Amino acid sequence: MKRKSLIALFLTLMLVAGVLSACSNDDAKKDNNTNTNTNTNDTPDNAEDKTDDKKEEPVAENLSGTITMSGSTSMEKLANAAAEAFMIENPDVTVTAEFIGSSGGVEAVIAGTVNIGNASRGLKDSEKEAGAIENVVAIDGIGVIVDKANTATNLTKDQLIAIYKGETNNWSQVGGPDQPIVVVGRESGSGTRGAFEEILDIEGAAAYSNEINSTGGVMAKVASTPGAIGYVSLDVIDDSVIAVSLEGVEPTSENIVAGNYFLSRPFVMATKGEISEQSDLVQAFFNYLKTDDGKTLIKNVGLIVVE
Amino acid sequence: MGEKSFSIIGSYKSKKKVEKVANVIFTICALFAVLSVFSITIYMIISGTPAIFEVGLKEIIFGTVWRPTASEPSFGILYVILTSIVGTLLAIIIGVPIGVMTAVFLAETAPKSLAKIVKPAVELLAGIPSVVYGLLGILMLNPLIYKIEIAVFKDDPTHQFTGGSNLISAVLVLAIMILPTVINISESALKAVPVHYKQASLAMGATHIQTIFKVIIPAAKSGIVTAIVLGVGRAIGEAMAISLVAGNGANLPLPFNSVRFLTTAVVAEMSYAADTHKDVLFTIGLVLFAFIIIINLVLNKVMKGGEKNASS
Repeated sequence: MKRKSLIALFLTLMLVAGVLSACSNDDAKKDNNTNTNTNTNDTPDNAEDKTDDKKEEPVAENLSGTITMSGSTSMEKLANAAAEAFMIENPDVTVTAEFIGSSGGVEAVIAGTVNIGNASRGLKDSEKEAGAIENVVAIDGIGVIVDKANTATNLTKDQLIAIYKGETNNWSQVGGPDQPIVVVGRESGSGTRGAFEEILDIEGAAAYSNEINSTGGVMAKVASTPGAIGYVSLDVIDDSVIAVSLEGVEPTSENIVAGNYFLSRPFVMATKGEISEQSDLVQAFFNYLKTDDGKTLIKNVGLIVVE
Repeated sequence: MGEKSFSIIGSYKSKKKVEKVANVIFTICALFAVLSVFSITIYMIISGTPAIFEVGLKEIIFGTVWRPTASEPSFGILYVILTSIVGTLLAIIIGVPIGVMTAVFLAETAPKSLAKIVKPAVELLAGIPSVVYGLLGILMLNPLIYKIEIAVFKDDPTHQFTGGSNLISAVLVLAIMILPTVINISESALKAVPVHYKQASLAMGATHIQTIFKVIIPAAKSGIVTAIVLGVGRAIGEAMAISLVAGNGANLPLPFNSVRFLTTAVVAEMSYAADTHKDVLFTIGLVLFAFIIIINLVLNKVMKGGEKNASS
């Protein structure tokens, strides 16, 4: 009797431990994954940086000091990658980055408390008047995708908003076949979702039927579901889906750089006054972003390089 | 003959040493599990409670709107909790009868040759990783359910189509996943019923089927209830498979709605969440933890009850 209840208790503990450790394992794995992802993004650059560094060392002067950045949370990946790569190239330099939102970042650079204000939008006229200069370092493009069999391959901004708000729910309403629309999106907290909803001005109003926590997952779901619509970073779109034209404009790098494709936004690193008026250190940072290494880095975080 | 310490003629001293060392090893092993449980419990409480004070327990548990990143965030997980309860219940309602019948088949009626195929198949089912269930769900179940969904809601302009990623898909996947647990434990319970119960029943003129339903299953009741409770534990803790097939919208758990379970709510958003959002995810973990503790307390009670039955 006693022994049996002991066994029961032990089994229970084992069960709790088992279930819990399974949970925590999942989390740990997730964290590891994200870590390795950022690492793989950085490592090739870093490796290149190092080799280039050795060749160029005699030419480059030794920079030292601190660059401070503040601003958009959407630019976290770019800012951190750029900061890390720049610090590896110049070991005596410290680059710090805070992520408080675009407006906060621009305010800080105007007030002179930071060197660079990150904004994931074009600067407002009032901000430009206050002395902030708009330096577009990269462009973030989002592609709208539908399944292969869909004939509605061109949408207007209003149609897209209506679809994602749940007001339009059949493809026949937007010139496609008579089939229901399955609205696929990313989970809250995702940068792509944040950008998509911000550009369409539907933050918090989007009605998703599928929230998927990875870009690959969205691609797979849209590719395998008739009538599905989803959005992903432009650089991952392949043949398994159709990338929809918006307002008649195809989602190509050229169209985005020309400013014709509306589902894109500039990543601005604002400075107070022209770059040429900045310290050597800040100038070197902007120059670094324009080198081949800098361009690879921008591409590696899924953005479009501005020429 | 080489191990002198284990021989009966070995000296008392060396024997005693071995006994002591073994005892210490066993104690350390036992402490390890207890230590893990305690540290996890403390960690969950420490990381899960800040959000309760920040957002408010009522807002989290009884709120229905999950909008963690909006400018005015809302962290209601009522629908998520309901989904976990409803989803698990439905999975049990579908999975348990099938599981128990399979156990009856294996323990009582199966011809030996057929049991030889079914038994390893059930064991294999238990060993399949949950992500594989999820992938099969996406590839096979979702398109099928989507066809039914289109047929059912053809003329309903307000229905949000889910492409087959909804409560039904999740429940079906869960029902299959709990089968091995239910089958194996029920089968051992059925086999443990003393053979004279069955003989007596048959001798009284009852048929085999009557004996199974009126004598053997009631006699194995506590074992079958244990199987059900363990099945509930498996279903409520599952994350990977259902995160692939449930659609993950925080909606009311209606059959054709895209739904989010407690586990998937944590898994889906942990990677990018920050600040209060992240804290609330830990609170969801704490809620799930509370559910699992309750299930285990029930299990403990059931097993104790079973002992009383057996000894009386």
